[in-house]
Amino acid sequence: MTTPSRYWREIPQRYRGEANSCEKCKKKFFPPRLICPKCGNRDLAKAKIADKGKVLSFTIIRVPPSPFKDQAPYAVGIVELKDGVKIMGQIVECDFKDLKVGLPVKIEFRKMFKEGHSGILCYGYKFVPDS
Amino acid sequence: MRDVAVIGIGMTKWGELWEKSLRDIYVETALMAIEDAGVDHIDSMYIGSMSSGIFVGQEHIASLLADYLGTSPVPSARVETACASGGLALRMGFMEVASGMNDIVLVSGIEKMTDVGGDKATYALGTAADQEYECYHGVTFPGLYALMAVDHMNKYGTTRKQLAEVAVKNHRNGSKNPLAQFPFEVTVDAVLNSVQVADPLRILDCSPITDGAAAAIICPVDMAQKFRDHPVVKILGSGQATDSIALSQRNDISWLESTYRAGKGAYEMAGKKPSDMDLFEVHDCFTIAELCVMEALGMVEKGKSGEAVEKGRTAVNGDIPVNPSGGLKSKGHPVGATGIAQVLEIVKQLRGEAGERQVKDARTGLTQNMGGSGASTVVHIFERD
Repeated sequence: MTTPSRYWREIPQRYRGEANSCEKCKKKFFPPRLICPKCGNRDLAKAKIADKGKVLSFTIIRVPPSPFKDQAPYAVGIVELKDGVKIMGQIVECDFKDLKVGLPVKIEFRKMFKEGHSGILCYGYKFVPDS
Repeated sequence: MRDVAVIGIGMTKWGELWEKSLRDIYVETALMAIEDAGVDHIDSMYIGSMSSGIFVGQEHIASLLADYLGTSPVPSARVETACASGGLALRMGFMEVASGMNDIVLVSGIEKMTDVGGDKATYALGTAADQEYECYHGVTFPGLYALMAVDHMNKYGTTRKQLAEVAVKNHRNGSKNPLAQFPFEVTVDAVLNSVQVADPLRILDCSPITDGAAAAIICPVDMAQKFRDHPVVKILGSGQATDSIALSQRNDISWLESTYRAGKGAYEMAGKKPSDMDLFEVHDCFTIAELCVMEALGMVEKGKSGEAVEKGRTAVNGDIPVNPSGGLKSKGHPVGATGIAQVLEIVKQLRGEAGERQVKDARTGLTQNMGGSGASTVVHIFERD
C-alpha cells in the first residue's frame, strides 16, 4: 500500500539505500533503526548499503499480488551484500535456469510497479547478475 | 500459579462457508465448546483473529461476538499475532486462569476468509510480512516459504519428493477427519504435478483459504471434574517467542528461532523433553514449514526432517506422529482459528476420541502455532491426568 506521504518517507531507502550502523558493535542496519537490537546502543551513524553481493536464496513467483500481475513470473531473492546487509528484492535480467545460490549480483534502480487505477509509478532497487 | 485444564472443545466443519457469517460461525462453535464443558456460564473470553478488518471489514469483534453469543457483559478481548492468534488466545486465557483472576474462560479463534476474492486474501495474508521491505518487492507468503525451502534443500539436500511426502501424509490423516475442508488423499505424483505457485512450491504444498472457527473452555484443574465426566487434560506448559518480521534479517533462513524459543519455554515449564511427546500438532502452512518446525522443536536433528517424513516416522503410527488432524494442509487454515483447532485435536487424542486417526495410548501432546514467516510462535504442552 503506497500513499503519497508514505512513498515520500521511504524514498531515502528505496532510491539511495540509506542505512545506519551501530558505533559500538559496527553492525550495519537496513532499513535504519533507532536502537541497536544487539547492544542497545542508540548512537547510530548514517551509512549506505554496498551495491554488490550474492544470492542466499531465491524463488520464482508464479502467482503474484495484484500490483505485480503484469510482471509474473518473476524471481525474488534474499541477497547478502558485501557489507553484511541482507535484503530482499527482485532478480531481473537473469534466465530462471541461471538462478542459483551464490550468484553474484549488483543493485540497480528500477521501476517496481504501477500503483492503483491512476497508474502512479513506484520505484526502488532490484538485483541484476554481476558478471 | 494454579494448574489449568481444558474441559470443553468445539469446532464445526471447515470450508468455504458462503451461507454463514463471521458471527454465525463463531456462535455455533463457541456453543459447542460450552456444551462439551457442561458449564453454565463463562467469566471471560479471548478471540484470536488475524484480520477480520480486511476479510469482512469488521474490527472490534470481541464485543460483537460476546453480544451474539449472549455472554455480554463479560470481558472479551481479541488478540493478534497473525496466524498464531489462536494459540495466543489460549495463552492469554491460560494466564488469566493460572493467575486466579478468573475461573472459566472461553478461548477461541476465527477467520472468515471467503467474503473477499483471491487478490484481497493474498493482500490480507501479506500484511503478516514486512510491508515496506518484503511485500514492496512482490513476494507472497508461498514465496517466503519457498525461500526457506530453497535454503533447506541447498544446505541439507532435502528433496522435492520429501516435501511432497508431508502433503501426502497430512491428506491421509485429514481423510479421516470429518471436519476437514479437504478430507481426501493425494499422491506424491499429484503434488509434484500440481500448479506452480512459487518455485519449488506448488499448490498442493500450500494450505488453503478457509472459513472456520474453533473454541475451548479452560478452568482450574481442581474445578475440572465438577462439570462433565471427560478425562482431565492439563496444560503443562506455555511458551511464546518472536523473531524478525523480515525473513532476510535472520541468521539462518530455514531455522525457526521463534519456534525453538517458544518450544524451549514450554518444555521447561512442563518439565518435559521432545521425546516425551506422543504426538504433535504443528503449523504446516506450507510443506516446508512442517519440516523446519520439526527441527526447531527438537523432534529431529537440523537437516534430518525430510528423511524422517519419508521413512514414515511422522505418520499416525510412526514414532513421532505429526498432524494426525490432517494439519493446515488438509483440515484448512482459517488463520486465526488454527491455533485452537490444534488444541482441539490434542484434547480429542488425549481423551481417546480421535476415531480412525487415534494415536495409540496418547497421553502427552504439543501444539505449535506460528505467525508470518515465523516471526511469532506459540507452543503449548498438554497431558491427560
